[in-house]
Amino acid sequence: MNFNKKSPWILHYDGSSCNGCDIGVLACLTPLYDVERFGVINTGNPRHADILLLTGSLNAQNIPVVQQIYDQMPEPKVVAAIGICATSGGIFAECYNVVGGVDKVLPVDVYVPGCAARPQAIIDGVVKALSILDEKQNALKGR
Amino acid sequence: MGKRTVIPFGPQHPVLPEPIHLDLVLEDEKVVEAIPQIGYIHRGLEKLVEKRDFKQYTYVAERICGICSFMHGMGYCMAVEGIMEIEVPERGKFLRTIWAEVSRIHSHLLWLGLTADAFGFESLFMHSWRLREEVLDLFEQTTGGRVIFSVCDIGGVRKDIDAEMLNTMVSVLTRMEKELRDLTDVFLNDMSVKHRTVGVGVLSKEKAQETGAVGPMARASGISVDMRTLGYAAYKHLQFEPITAEAGDSYARMEVRIGEVYQAIELIRQCVELIPEGDVITKIKGNPNGEHFIRLEQPRGEVIYYVKANGTSFLDRFRVRTPTFANVPALLETLKDCDLADVPILILTIDPCISCTER
Ligand code: SF4
Repeated sequence: MNFNKKSPWILHYDGSSCNGCDIGVLACLTPLYDVERFGVINTGNPRHADILLLTGSLNAQNIPVVQQIYDQMPEPKVVAAIGICATSGGIFAECYNVVGGVDKVLPVDVYVPGCAARPQAIIDGVVKALSILDEKQNALKGR
Repeated sequence: MGKRTVIPFGPQHPVLPEPIHLDLVLEDEKVVEAIPQIGYIHRGLEKLVEKRDFKQYTYVAERICGICSFMHGMGYCMAVEGIMEIEVPERGKFLRTIWAEVSRIHSHLLWLGLTADAFGFESLFMHSWRLREEVLDLFEQTTGGRVIFSVCDIGGVRKDIDAEMLNTMVSVLTRMEKELRDLTDVFLNDMSVKHRTVGVGVLSKEKAQETGAVGPMARASGISVDMRTLGYAAYKHLQFEPITAEAGDSYARMEVRIGEVYQAIELIRQCVELIPEGDVITKIKGNPNGEHFIRLEQPRGEVIYYVKANGTSFLDRFRVRTPTFANVPALLETLKDCDLADVPILILTIDPCISCTER
């Protein structure tokens, strides 16, 4: 098993969400769900992050920001789209300033449904992301 | 006088989950000026009224912001009801008030946690959010959702709360109140917390008036404004006074918000005592035609909704002026001459909600 499977560090960025999913992500860190006991740490620094959690849809102004965060993360990395906004644009898909889901710009590995996504679902998404992270790590080793 | 340096702050930064960008102009360690730049979360949902009919739009209005989601839905519904001259049944109004006050508790606890995090008091953050989860459980039991409820509808509310649940709510909140007292003690009396908040980011009464601050920001500077005193929903039946403080610093703003949590619990108690039996929603007929303007008190302050309808099922125009937008000039005022290290806590004391500001 790879070391980062034991303790993935996550980075959260809010695309253009309504906050509903953001506070779901934050709630995962608080005592009721407490993912830190599994070694999951929320970091603010892209260089430290293994998993990128994105909430909300993308618009022209935040695409470069998201792209930059993604580029700054070291390999292997996993992207998880949290909530239906990040998946497809959701209820806002027809808004003039919404480009669409995260997968318009970044390769998304895990989609977490829900509006708002529940903390349980988000944790499940992170767990799914772990095995993908593991695969990517092994692929890197083989190179 | 030192050389001027510009430090970009954001859009991705550790203070808030939401992106905001500020250019901080510094002279040594002092901030001389802060230039905000927004637009990272703009979706353009006001224009969505042209694609969703006025009944469907209730659910879009709720998603203006996931923290005050209930109140956004309620404000929009009240505006449409104003146009169509619909009288909401009394029980519906009381239920709206109860949910609105529960939202206020959840929002203020969320803010208290984030503030504690901003001055580096992690366990206080955890405890505030632990309490908040109990409030979210109440929401889940009564509406089925944690943050987005879809329970407010034009003409009333879509779900009733039975008497047993209402009593459970009161007993849960009473228990919470006890735990909250311990937290309050830390927030208001702990030396290190005071060190970070007392005298930091003072907004004088004059400046608050001049910049048009609203909500707790204005009340902490001694201006007694609270839209709830207008008596919308069931507030006209309830006894309360706006909570104010004089100092206008970060500490005073914390004091006001903590006071409002207790006030909200008290208001819910009053509602549960006074709530009449009856229907919770009236049927609506036809389409709205005309315009209406509504002011509400959200956790962050006064919010304004404007709706213009043309007799079809699609509205002409929907407009929101959110409290954070009104508080940004006041924020820039407090940022002047502050230390760079105090910037995160100052940004937090206006309780910023970027998502509703940019919509
Ligand atoms: S999925 Fe729903 S709750 Fe999440 S950001 Fe979008 S609108 Fe908000």
